Amino acid sequence: MSNHETQHITARRKFLTLMAQSVGFSALGGMVWSGYLAEAKAAPLILRPPGAVGEMDFLRLCIKCGQCVEACPYDTLSLAKPGDNKPLGTPFFTPRNIPCYMCTDIPCVPVCPTGALEESRVSRVIEGVNELDITKARMGLAVVDVESCIAFWGIQCDACYRACPVMDSAIVLEYRRNERTGKHAYLVPIVNSTMCTGCGLCERACVTEKAAIHVLPLEIAKGAIGGHYIKGWDASDEKRLETQSSDVTTRTKRSEKSAQDYLNADEEVFK
Amino acid sequence: MSLSRRDFLKTSAAASAAAAVGISVPAELKAAGEQAEANWRWDKAVCRFCGTGCGIMVATKEGKIVAVKGDPAAPVNRGLNCIKGYFNAKIMYGADRLKQPLLRMNDKGEFDKKGQFKPVSWKRAFDEMEKHIKAALKVGGPEAIGVFGSGQYTIQEGYAAAKMMKAGFRANGIDPNARHCMASAVAGFMQTFGIDEPAGCYDDIEITDTIITWGANMAEMHPILWSRVSDRKLTSPERVKVVNLSTYTHRCSDLADIEIIFSPSTDLAIWNYIAREIVYNHPEAIDWDFVKKNTIFTTGFANIGYGMRTEAEAKKLGYSAKELEVIKKEDAKVISEKEAPGLAHLGVKAGDVMKMDKADAAGAHWEISFEDFKKALEPYTLDYVAKISKGNPDEKLEDFKAKLQTLADLYIEKNRKVVSFWTMGFNQHQRGTWVNEQSYMVHFLLGKQAKPGDGAFSLTGQPSACGTAREVGTFTHRLPADMDVSIPKHRAVTEKIWKLPAGTINPMGYQHIMNIHRHIESGKIKFAWVNVCNPYQDTANANHWIKAARELDNFIVCSDAYPGISAKVSDLILPSAMIYEKWGSYGNAERRTQHWRQQVVPVGDAMSDTWQWIELSKRFTIKDVWGEQPIKGGKLPNVIEAAKAMGYKETDTMYDVLFATPFAKQFKADDAIGKGFDNSEVFGDARKVMGSDGKEWKGYGFFIQKSIWEEYRQFGLGHGHDLADFDTYHKVRGLKWPVVDGKETQWRFNAKYDPYAAKAGNGDFAFYGDFAKALKKGNLVKPTTEETYSLKNKAKIFFRPYMDPCEMPDREYDTWLCTGRVLEHWHSGTMTMRVPELYRAVPEALCYMHPEDAKAKGFKQGDMIWLESRRGSCKARVETRGRNRTPRGLVFVPWFDEKVMINKVCLDATCPISKQTDYKKCAIKLYKA
Amino acid sequence: MKTWIRTHRFTLARRVVQLSILSLYVAANAYGFMFLSGNLSSSLVMGTLPLADPFAILQMFAAGALVGIDVLLGALVILLFYMVVGGRAFCSWVCPMNIITDAANWTRKFFLLDKSVERKIWLSRNVRYYVLALSLILSFVMGVSAFELVSPIGMLHRGIIFGMGMGGAALLCIFLFDLFAVKHGWCGHICPLGGFYSLVGRLSLVRVKHDHTVCTSCMKCKEVCPEKHVLGIVSKSSGTIVSGECTNCGRCVEVCESHALFFGVRNYINTNVGEKNDE
Repeated sequence: MSNHETQHITARRKFLTLMAQSVGFSALGGMVWSGYLAEAKAAPLILRPPGAVGEMDFLRLCIKCGQCVEACPYDTLSLAKPGDNKPLGTPFFTPRNIPCYMCTDIPCVPVCPTGALEESRVSRVIEGVNELDITKARMGLAVVDVESCIAFWGIQCDACYRACPVMDSAIVLEYRRNERTGKHAYLVPIVNSTMCTGCGLCERACVTEKAAIHVLPLEIAKGAIGGHYIKGWDASDEKRLETQSSDVTTRTKRSEKSAQDYLNADEEVFK
Repeated sequence: MSLSRRDFLKTSAAASAAAAVGISVPAELKAAGEQAEANWRWDKAVCRFCGTGCGIMVATKEGKIVAVKGDPAAPVNRGLNCIKGYFNAKIMYGADRLKQPLLRMNDKGEFDKKGQFKPVSWKRAFDEMEKHIKAALKVGGPEAIGVFGSGQYTIQEGYAAAKMMKAGFRANGIDPNARHCMASAVAGFMQTFGIDEPAGCYDDIEITDTIITWGANMAEMHPILWSRVSDRKLTSPERVKVVNLSTYTHRCSDLADIEIIFSPSTDLAIWNYIAREIVYNHPEAIDWDFVKKNTIFTTGFANIGYGMRTEAEAKKLGYSAKELEVIKKEDAKVISEKEAPGLAHLGVKAGDVMKMDKADAAGAHWEISFEDFKKALEPYTLDYVAKISKGNPDEKLEDFKAKLQTLADLYIEKNRKVVSFWTMGFNQHQRGTWVNEQSYMVHFLLGKQAKPGDGAFSLTGQPSACGTAREVGTFTHRLPADMDVSIPKHRAVTEKIWKLPAGTINPMGYQHIMNIHRHIESGKIKFAWVNVCNPYQDTANANHWIKAARELDNFIVCSDAYPGISAKVSDLILPSAMIYEKWGSYGNAERRTQHWRQQVVPVGDAMSDTWQWIELSKRFTIKDVWGEQPIKGGKLPNVIEAAKAMGYKETDTMYDVLFATPFAKQFKADDAIGKGFDNSEVFGDARKVMGSDGKEWKGYGFFIQKSIWEEYRQFGLGHGHDLADFDTYHKVRGLKWPVVDGKETQWRFNAKYDPYAAKAGNGDFAFYGDFAKALKKGNLVKPTTEETYSLKNKAKIFFRPYMDPCEMPDREYDTWLCTGRVLEHWHSGTMTMRVPELYRAVPEALCYMHPEDAKAKGFKQGDMIWLESRRGSCKARVETRGRNRTPRGLVFVPWFDEKVMINKVCLDATCPISKQTDYKKCAIKLYKA
Repeated sequence: MKTWIRTHRFTLARRVVQLSILSLYVAANAYGFMFLSGNLSSSLVMGTLPLADPFAILQMFAAGALVGIDVLLGALVILLFYMVVGGRAFCSWVCPMNIITDAANWTRKFFLLDKSVERKIWLSRNVRYYVLALSLILSFVMGVSAFELVSPIGMLHRGIIFGMGMGGAALLCIFLFDLFAVKHGWCGHICPLGGFYSLVGRLSLVRVKHDHTVCTSCMKCKEVCPEKHVLGIVSKSSGTIVSGECTNCGRCVEVCESHALFFGVRNYINTNVGEKNDE
């Protein structure tokens, strides 16, 4: 090969090598990086400010500017820091430390520049006018651990109930007879998931060492009922049929094979 | 009604809706007082907090209280507790517990009123107290000494304090904070029954069909009793009715079938409406047999003032013009349109000036005829009463009327058992005694009193308001067992039991708690001692009292376990042992007396208040205190010679005379009851505290707590106040007095249950109390006879009119202020604000107000606002939702939070009869901070 | 002293600007002085003018987010601003990370590490563009703003304004990386935001200019420059430093004793004045 040629090849090779190298490094970096991102995204045990869009959209939309944090008069919100084990820079709150006090003017929501916090999620329309209504917020759902809740022992506590800003609707007291003493009643807190805003005032007020009532993100706290059964005693339950799909084929391991395959398959049954 | 709330279950969160699976039902626990398990010890005790009197068991480990449990054997609570009781184990070890005496000093180590607090020895502390008490006695005699006592004293502490004051210093300037809490109930009992404390007991709850709460937020203030009420409701939801009367919506409304929101003070009118309904429209409902046999009709004066200073006094002390606007009503008031119809029996009309010239005879009353009684009730028609008493401006008058009608019907219904409960709403009332009396009026007319399941029942606030403040008599006018210093016979009985020369006890009992404050302000009292209370946070119109304590020439001592406002205001602070760090006993609202043993050695150098009083007594000899002494309107005789004749020496100390008596010394230190338990007073303890003489404290050497109990018990035996002996109480879960032949009494005055009533031979009932049991007769205006008529074994049915409170909202101060407590905190929060869980649950006092009011004034939820009255102001956050929902025009602020000193705002008007302050109503304005 | 001030006049000015901006953010969060609220990702000036980080917005787009008009406007404002004053002026005049990496560089110099460290780790200055591209790709794939979730710059300014948490550790890593591993490692090689602004600033108006007629070829400018490859024309020809990677930090200007380097406005009209020189 001529000198010129050698040089040419070297340059080309160099370029290719460089490209390959870059791709390699990028792939490695990308893998590590995306691994972290996946991890961060999958950390859904986090309570967002009122009016937050769904968690996946929230992670997309939140620009991590902290204006909601600044707007909060109670220092409820903070931006996730390294070490918090939450998606970095995104706003969240820890009700046991500082709950959401459910300001009626909801200062944290309108300041959001990107729509990660949406006013429409914490408003209702009154006579054609949009009005903020913090009771529409669904930051999470309070869940009672009935084994560590002392009200279920018969202790007259109901601190959570009294702390609830929407008491008698988000938390109600259920009265039950205490057969053990024969003359006292249990007054036990029951959370109504359709009304609970997830503000966490109950979790903060709870007097057990670790709160026996705690707020979980809705997706985690709630189960979901299949659409195939509608309550016969509740007319409004019909609504669920609206979203019920008509693709109703069921599959189990038993129905894996087509009927024909099954029938023609070889057969212990005959032996 | 909340049972329907079951419906919510349907939509409840899956996780929370789980039924009560997994609730472990503890095996029935042995009722033994002591159980040795592993390295901890259980022993029975009683809850530190309210007047319910729940029994608890205390676990001690390595000299510290580490846990409590509800006592399954305790009849009141059967092993349950409320949220405060749940934390009894955590109240004693707050990080800032007071551990040694602290004195305000200058750099030279001398006492200096303007100095900083520095630690001193117990000896130095008693030296200073001795010096200042002697100086005070010299200048002003016994009336120059004041003691802020308590309904949270153990019985022994209260007894030691009262004995040293009344027998030693011959001073009656001792009055408990129970004055702010139960005095109106006491006056109501004394005037109506001639003897203190309820006829019924908690067992009424399980028997009755109707529970009516009047100014009592039992759900938060007596939660264990409320759970019994709730249970009663559950057993028979249709039959059992619950009615809640209040000036705002609170937690009791949750269970109630009917909620009646009335305008402040108009409970007076509502009772009269019920009585009128009985007398005019349902005369057949009157239990004439009961009424004629057991009662008489009475009334008293209306122009009795409002328990404030007189205008002249206030002017002299430099009260502001704004304050005087209210204070001048102490002298005279113009009758308003609102109250005029209800005062028709006096022949007055709106616009007339009513001179308050019967303030000194506020409690005077006389017999009237039934016809007069009926006539006086005439104006209290449904129309009039509904008009003046509807408390929620947004409620329709017709709806409100219907509720009143239903309320009356429930009382009247034949065969329906009714219990009326009340607490501070009645007692903290400018006509508190009246409204107490009115409840008995209705119950008596219907014959629904002193029967199982029937009766008006005063609930007590403090754990020993009954046991100590009332039964021991730590009130200024009281002696043990309901006796009164103004009655010569009662003084004589007391002097005999206490082995005092005749004439030792001071007959002038007028330095009630407001007067102690007022006398400090006017310079009359030079030495004051705060015991088991927080008077500088808990007294209305606090600015005046704090200023007087800090700026005038006086010496204020505060015994406390934790530093609070009163300690801050004082000159000398003494560290006190807390409840389970000493032997003691409490008496609850249903007359149940409960004792406990010392469980642990106190923290630091803290010592019990009993010890503090007895050590103080060592500093005064007969010569120091039993000479001639000036008192109001005369003097106390010199009794030194008489004392000598009884065998005392001039140099005998009050310790020798009052506490280390031959009687006391017969109770030996090594008593079986005390085996295995500390007794810091009797033996000293492992701490080796340096005592009041500067030497190591080694104990009295005799069983001081038992000796006090056995001496105290003599007062009641055979007089309807019988208590069991000391040892018995250490074996049982409390007993309801009178305890006769070892048996407690559930329903007093009822011959079936009360041996005293049976003994009276008066048929089924005997109201045998003997206070004010001879009355003049008269008409609705005044007594018309000079001679008095005996009403042995009878109770009284009072007619009392409606009157306006002395301060009501006007254009400038446009809002009613009502104050009170929250379930999570006890009183001024000295203990509960140090329990991390309770502090976190409710860290600050909020101003509960109606959302419309907030909106109209431009406040947002959570805004910091000023609350200002003619007297003072404080800041609080606006709360428009949550546990208390006020009607428009009224706000509610709890007083536990020293950062929200609502008592600087409150008015110090009192019921003129009971002298109990009205914390439930004054006029304020609100503006943004 | 006077000379020191003269030779550090831009550095001082940059520190003042960096710290003032941070102080305003802190004042808004901690004391409610709402002149400038938010942080470098997105903020609001006097409660009206929105500002936003265009790179963050780009990632959000990639992630599939439809952001509000306000924040778009804010990003546009910032974008235009840096297109005029030089993209990487952000890096040297605003970004607080600059203080840390400058400190690392100063320490490096002080301990003569440049000379004592034998084995040099080679890292291409183009890595930042790869990281930039990767940011956008990962944002698209993962549906989150990929760089924003790991950005140490974000950790730093949020840390200063809202509380640091464990973020200090990440910043220490960058300091140590710059100190021991690669000179100007973070800002000059890796940071995709720097890469982004390099691209933004390619055509900016405010630029450093060079007059080689007075240049003494002392090469002090190259000694101090964090991106010294941009100074290719120095001592060779007069003209404008056109590379987008120049941060307009002014270090070269302040150390140049012969005034051969100075700030100027790029002349797009009269293009024959050494515009095409050296690239």
